[in-house]
Amino acid sequence: MSMRRGDGRIAFAYLAPALLVLVGLMGYPIYQLVLISLFDYGQEQVSGGAPLTFLGLGNYTTLLADARFWAVLGQTVAFAAVCVVGTLLVGTALAVLASRVRTWARMTLFLAALGAWATPAVAGSTIWLFLFDANFGFVNEVLGTTGFSWTYDKWVAFGLVAAQVIWCSFPFVMVTLYAGIKAIPGEVLEAAALDGASTAKTATSVMLPLLRPLLIVVTIQSIIWDFKVFTQIYIMTSGGGIAGRNLVLNVYAYQQAFAASEYGLGASIGVVTTVLLLVVTAAYLRALRRSGEAL
Amino acid sequence: MNGTVNRRVSRGIAEGVTVVIAAVVAFPLYWMVLTALKPAAEVISADPRPWTLAPTLDSFVRALTVQSFGRYLLNSIVVAVAVVLLSLLISFLAATALTRFEFRSRTTLLIMLLVVQMVPVEALTIPLFFVMQSVRDVAPVFGLNHLGSLVLVHLAFSLPFAIWMLRGFVAAVPVELEEAATLDGASRFRFLWQVLFPLVAPGLVATSVLSFIHAWNDFLFAKTFIISAAENQTLPLALQVFVKPDQNDWGAIMAGSTLMTIPVLVFFILVQRRLVAGLAGAVKS
Repeated sequence: MSMRRGDGRIAFAYLAPALLVLVGLMGYPIYQLVLISLFDYGQEQVSGGAPLTFLGLGNYTTLLADARFWAVLGQTVAFAAVCVVGTLLVGTALAVLASRVRTWARMTLFLAALGAWATPAVAGSTIWLFLFDANFGFVNEVLGTTGFSWTYDKWVAFGLVAAQVIWCSFPFVMVTLYAGIKAIPGEVLEAAALDGASTAKTATSVMLPLLRPLLIVVTIQSIIWDFKVFTQIYIMTSGGGIAGRNLVLNVYAYQQAFAASEYGLGASIGVVTTVLLLVVTAAYLRALRRSGEAL
Repeated sequence: MNGTVNRRVSRGIAEGVTVVIAAVVAFPLYWMVLTALKPAAEVISADPRPWTLAPTLDSFVRALTVQSFGRYLLNSIVVAVAVVLLSLLISFLAATALTRFEFRSRTTLLIMLLVVQMVPVEALTIPLFFVMQSVRDVAPVFGLNHLGSLVLVHLAFSLPFAIWMLRGFVAAVPVELEEAATLDGASRFRFLWQVLFPLVAPGLVATSVLSFIHAWNDFLFAKTFIISAAENQTLPLALQVFVKPDQNDWGAIMAGSTLMTIPVLVFFILVQRRLVAGLAGAVKS
């Protein structure tokens, strides 16, 4: 596009509102988050009852020496991995299925999926809790396991939350990949069929490469979302499970800050989570660049 | 001949599987509405049935009257609508600047937009809590305990993705169109609002849906910011009022969940074609 005089100024004017909001409500808080993580910042410091003590990396060394933190980190990664893999498998399989059935069947599936997608996390978590309720839940009734608690055992509880997360996040993957499959020109698939390629061969050597950029996008998006799950864990395990055994990093940070009034320590957990996700972003950008896509 | 029959059979099986999966996916929602309509005794029956012969609106009445759900519903609507309108306007302008103009810091800004999406917003509750505390002293409406604070944070959190997504749609509008409009004597301003804005409508719809859901579904910030002003709570928090250790009023909880889910569901179904078109558009770009 040709440059016109005053372009820079106009571009800045268009960007100004967005920049104002983003700097004020994301940039500044990120700076504050890092700052707070360097101090011993508790209830007494907030109310002005005690002077602020600069700890440097003190909160971080406390964290790294804390077995609890490592356990939470490990289960956060495992939980997110299960959610991501589950979401992608279900979403991809259903996108392929949707592309092979007539409109009425596809619309039925999409409508159901839109329902799951649209359900607010709070409502969704509550519904699932009730479905799996020990005494009044329908699932126990069907399985004949009345009285069995799905939220007591640590891994069963994690599994239940993961199932709920997959339920409400596979539709995004499904709808996006379905759109991608539909965007593949019919001639390409016909040519493959004429060349005698089997369905499986067409899927792996024609469709997969064409869908690769999209798959990268939905994978990264899923990783980001599932690593940051908060509401489902908070509600379904009542704030992180019995004795906090179902904590993930995000909930752990929140509990340290707002329940234990250890704002400094909570902020340092937040910083660690952010850094971990930034590493993923870097991988994303590299993958995009390698697949030849310009920014 | 045989091939056609085979194809029909396999398509029939695929369609059967599709319907069964759709039923499983939709089941939790069916159960929610069903429970909301069941009489109280059936809800806590040890032998739950997947139907009811005596549907009643008692649970809805309880949800709306006992805990003034109506008020919270209104609060949620105010916040979500404000976020959608502001984010539409701001992200459209920003996306235009980032696609239609060349300037030095453009790539840096684009990378920043991606990076800020990775920031776990939950971690930012801590500094934002203190930010909102200070805002309260300057402009109370936008500070702690007021709906304005929720509008501000959700606006900030929905902008990066909205701008990122709209970029593709703005870029898809041919530059020649702008040149033609300029030749016809249209000002930049008129081109922006009368030509470009309608053309990127599918993208705007898609991003609006996401911004709306962001704001409507939020539990964390409502919980953190609205601490002592019960009248300014939003639905997700109000729902938790019914959750009590060992004696949950499941009927009212499910009625409240239904009330909270329906607006999003209707909104989604209304725009679903455009949403799919929007995502496909984002794909093609």
